[in-house]
Amino acid sequence: MRMQRVWAWVALAFGLVYFFLPLIGTVEFSLRMRRGEYSLDAYRVVLSDPRFQQTFSYSVVMALCTIVVGVLIVVPTAYWVRLRLPRLRPIVEFVTLLPLVIPPIVIVFGYIRMYNTSSFLPLTGSATGTNFLLMMGYTTLALPYMYRAVDTGLRAIDIRTLTEAAQSLGAGWFTIMARVIMPNVLVAILSGAFLTFAIVIGEFVLAALLNRPAFGPYLQLVGANRAYEPAALAVIAFSITWICMGLIQLVTRFSRHTQARR
Amino acid sequence: MDIPDARPRRQLPLHWLGILPFTAFAVLFLIWPTMHIVAGAFRTPQGDFTLQNIANLWTPSIIASYWISIRISFASALLGCVIGFAIAAAVTLGGLPRGIRGPLLTFSGVASNFAGVPLAFAFLATLGRLGLVTVLLREWFGVNIYAMGFNLLSFFGLTLTYLFFQIPLMILIITPALDGLKKDWREAASILGATGAQYWRIVAFPILWPALLGTFALLFANAFGAVATAYALTGSSLSIVPILLFAQIRGDVLQDPHLGYALAFGMILVTGIANLIYVILRARSERWMQ
Repeated sequence: MRMQRVWAWVALAFGLVYFFLPLIGTVEFSLRMRRGEYSLDAYRVVLSDPRFQQTFSYSVVMALCTIVVGVLIVVPTAYWVRLRLPRLRPIVEFVTLLPLVIPPIVIVFGYIRMYNTSSFLPLTGSATGTNFLLMMGYTTLALPYMYRAVDTGLRAIDIRTLTEAAQSLGAGWFTIMARVIMPNVLVAILSGAFLTFAIVIGEFVLAALLNRPAFGPYLQLVGANRAYEPAALAVIAFSITWICMGLIQLVTRFSRHTQARR
Repeated sequence: MDIPDARPRRQLPLHWLGILPFTAFAVLFLIWPTMHIVAGAFRTPQGDFTLQNIANLWTPSIIASYWISIRISFASALLGCVIGFAIAAAVTLGGLPRGIRGPLLTFSGVASNFAGVPLAFAFLATLGRLGLVTVLLREWFGVNIYAMGFNLLSFFGLTLTYLFFQIPLMILIITPALDGLKKDWREAASILGATGAQYWRIVAFPILWPALLGTFALLFANAFGAVATAYALTGSSLSIVPILLFAQIRGDVLQDPHLGYALAFGMILVTGIANLIYVILRARSERWMQ
């Protein structure tokens, strides 16, 4: 038993070293811009770069749009499949998992070939069209996470009874969706939304191949040309991921409290 | 609930309208584009059926890039499984303080999503030529890892970097499986005189085996499809399949668009098979995890 505990500590210590060294290394490197002393110069340079601000806000807007579209597609579908088409559930679930199987680079390759200027739907011909295509691509990437989160949320509530209760009070489908189902799975939606945000904000392949001025390609460009700024950007990106995950924990914990009170 | 004869027949198709938006979305932005690529892999530029594109993949440079991709994915999946398993086992079964578990799982959630360009930056800042660890090893111990042949922009370096998201993914997936190992089994085994090693070899591993192998397949697919980290780390100096495809989409480096389709089809095939193994083995492992 004692031997086992020793090994457990060894494994944990190894993990701590492997995971914290790169983080410490990145933070340390990002502070090294001024010769001979630690300073926040790299952060100052990055944050005041107009292209940082442009690409970052572009990706934030993109992430928010992706979340809205994702919610509008996923929530009604997951609800309807559970309520009326339970036999289709395995198929729908399979489709939602496909983006984990098909590499994103293949999906965007398909977009570029299918929606080029000489196709039936020339989305890549204009900036708006390409933005739309990128947003749909992000929605696809986020689909597995969003669908799982929402479907798990729906499992916890009795949608059949809620629907019938709302219907007998005279609610239409829109009212049921907006005022009964959505508020009940809000925590699940938020979890999916934060994860989507974390995925979209630094995404590189889709944005680079569709040639959109997003944060991911900007990161890559800075990485290829600068020494200390990339480390500062990595610290910023890692903090964003942490914040998103922290918010997921927070809303989940919050929901446990409300459930316990019932 | 459903009273079949009480409703008029024409209402039946309305059920299906509910998933129309989802179907349209999935077909237009997921299934059709993928099918387009797959179909293109089997077509000549004139649109006739051919196997020539697939046959053209058998050139030394393309085979070499598949081979190095498979080796990196295999190595990072294997090491990810072993190390992730050791850490997960340490926390669930090793008698460590209870408080470690929550933060570890949260951190794993973060780190498994911390792929892409920033991850490459983090490793460059740590193990690059001027990185923290490189410099400290040289200054404190006089060990110059680059003189010893280490290079971050290599097979080994990329594998080491991929582990940063592979290990946490393993921890996230395997921890529930380890929780499913019942205490009774361990007690039963030790009453019958089994040592710790025997318990693992004869009881625990056979039960965990499908879960381990399945997760291995998932990690393999995960590494195989990753582009951004490798691209930001190595540029195009390490020619793994996703990077070759990236260059092909950008500038037709293979000078044959349909060979690009075939390359992409090969990627789908590899990740598809890996995921199929995961799904099958997962179903098997769940039998024990009730």
